[in-house]
Amino acid sequence: MKYIHDFTIVSNERQTTDFVVLTLQAGEAPLPEIHPGQFAEVRIDGAPGVYLRRPLSIHDVDYDKQQIKLLVQEVGKGTKILTQQAVGSMVNMVYPLGKGYDLPDSKRVLLVGGGCGVAPLLFLGRHLKKNGISPRFLIGTRTSANLVRLEAYNELGEVMVTTEDGSAGTKGYVINHPVMRTEEPDFDWIYTCGPEPMMKILAKYADHHDLTCQVSLENHMACGIGACLCCIAPTKDGNKCTCTDGPVFDSKYLQW
Amino acid sequence: MVDLSVKLGSLELKNPVMTASGTFGYGEEYEDFIDIHSLGGIVVKGTTLHPRQGNDYPRMAETPMGMLNAVGLQNVGVDQFIQSIYPRIKHYKTNILVNVSGSTVEEYVETAEKINELESIPGIELNISCPNVKEGGMAFGTSCPSAIAVTSAVRDVYKKHLMVKLSPNVTSIAEIAKGVEGAGADSVSLINTLLGMAIDAHSRRPVLSTITGGLSGAAVKPIALRMVWQVANAVKIPIVGMGGISSAEDAIEFMLAGATAVEIGTANFIDPRITIQIIDGIRSYLESHQMNSVQNLIGGLITE
Ligand SMILES: Cc1cc2nc3c(=O)[nH]c(=O)nc-3n(C[C@H](O)[C@H](O)[C@H](O)COP(=O)(O)OP(=O)(O)OC[C@H]3O[C@@H](n4cnc5c(N)ncnc54)[C@H](O)[C@@H]3O)c2cc1C
Ligand SMILES: Cc1cc2nc3c(=O)[nH]c(=O)nc-3n(C[C@H](O)[C@H](O)[C@H](O)COP(=O)(O)O)c2cc1C
Ligand code: FES
Repeated sequence: MKYIHDFTIVSNERQTTDFVVLTLQAGEAPLPEIHPGQFAEVRIDGAPGVYLRRPLSIHDVDYDKQQIKLLVQEVGKGTKILTQQAVGSMVNMVYPLGKGYDLPDSKRVLLVGGGCGVAPLLFLGRHLKKNGISPRFLIGTRTSANLVRLEAYNELGEVMVTTEDGSAGTKGYVINHPVMRTEEPDFDWIYTCGPEPMMKILAKYADHHDLTCQVSLENHMACGIGACLCCIAPTKDGNKCTCTDGPVFDSKYLQW
Repeated sequence: MVDLSVKLGSLELKNPVMTASGTFGYGEEYEDFIDIHSLGGIVVKGTTLHPRQGNDYPRMAETPMGMLNAVGLQNVGVDQFIQSIYPRIKHYKTNILVNVSGSTVEEYVETAEKINELESIPGIELNISCPNVKEGGMAFGTSCPSAIAVTSAVRDVYKKHLMVKLSPNVTSIAEIAKGVEGAGADSVSLINTLLGMAIDAHSRRPVLSTITGGLSGAAVKPIALRMVWQVANAVKIPIVGMGGISSAEDAIEFMLAGATAVEIGTANFIDPRITIQIIDGIRSYLESHQMNSVQNLIGGLITE
């Protein structure tokens, strides 16, 4: 079941020059069950030129406190206004949307995130841990200043890092990290979200080593609920909506 | 109690608010947010004789107060619609209209014939105005002779309410409206999207895979309103107005310009409950203006 609810911003914490974590308090209606990888269509009022809602992943959920966290990267007119919203202001969301990540059929998993693609992996890691699976994270960024909330990921499991400029962790892209360079990978499932080139490389890697790879696409959306057919991705069964059949897809199902 | 009901020829609507094709799926997508039965009608996704995969991604570009789309009539085809979708939605206690499109007159006719057999579909909206398919689509709606030809051919086989959806990408929409009225249309709906374009200055490339696409949303409202007004002065059949309607006031403006009913499109993306809010808003408007029927609004523009 999907809902449209108003949330109150209870904290707005800047992480880096362009990443902000918003903590949103649910109103009277209790939070529905949310699956990792699902997203919300967030209404951003008062941003010139912003007409449509913006899709943002559920970064974390605290059912006890009835709170949702969003990790927002400022990339354009909408996200720049959203991250300036003061504590106490309201945010309207249509949520939870889409099909999230599946539980693995193996305990050996690697969660790979790049850019704002790290957002859904925190909630996924928490969910995996609750299900007796220790998540391991591999996070890739351009430079160390863009690494966000490492402590939160660290609480859930091992965190490995690559930076393009070598300012932290292994220098290069995620695919250059030693964990990806062994003859036999020590994981059977890859969960990933981030720039498409990164996910395509991981999908190829998974094919080569016969692993399962679940990718989360960031296609542009208008409605977020399967009504407009704007967000399609080509799959083995033809065009599918990223907002309802995804955003998480098995990489082998996509025709990339 | 104010009376919200209106009539489109033989079609009785419990209120003048319908949904626009391509923006409301098959209605099911909105079931979590609103009571579909409360709507005056729903117009489901553009349906063609054969299944269509539509255009390549990207199909959408946001523009100031609007959006461009280039979906290209992706749909399962009329047979699959009848087999798997129709049985799921036919219980809706509202008027379900199927938006019918095609590349040739024969395709329109064959699709309309099949839909004619469906008991719970009281009408079709003939889409002769889609700007997003290369062959046919808008081509039928931009010349008077072809608009007349496709309308009369469908009229011959389709026995229920025949609404013809007009393209704004023409020199005189009133001429085309008169043409399809003469060819047997029971009503006209307008406007479909306006042909537009978006360019990414940084990559120096078009945003849409098709380069051009159809503009909708609040940005098109003044044009749509003007066209409804022009068509209202040209035809006697009822008019269904649409184009950027986002509030009850917008809907009322279209009715004052001459529309008997309205369709809500892109605004559904911004608030999935908008149709119900518009119905409630029309009711409050009538109450506060002490009008007992929404029909009093139709063509009620004061110009002297
Ligand atoms: C399922 C999903 C989950 C996402 N999760 C997150 C997240 O957790 N955190 C995060 O920071 N970002 C996330 N994104 C990306 C985020 O939606 C875009 O960055 C945001 O919409 C940009 O809006 P803007 O107004 O700031 O940018 P604009 O000024 O509109 O444009 C800047 C750039 O943003 C991208 N963009 C614009 N509109 C959209 C749109 N409707 N959908 C997707 N991308 C768009 C384009 O690449 C564009 O070039 C997610 C996207 C999807 C589809
Ligand atoms: C994503 C999208 C898909 C559409 N698909 C169709 C369609 O299949 N058939 C049709 O006749 N019109 C289609 N339209 C046009 C709308 O029905 C409507 O005529 C137009 O969007 C103007 O109304 P609006 O501004 O309220 O959206 C589509 C519009 C959008 C935005
Ligand atoms: S965004 Fe409208 S169908 Fe996916």
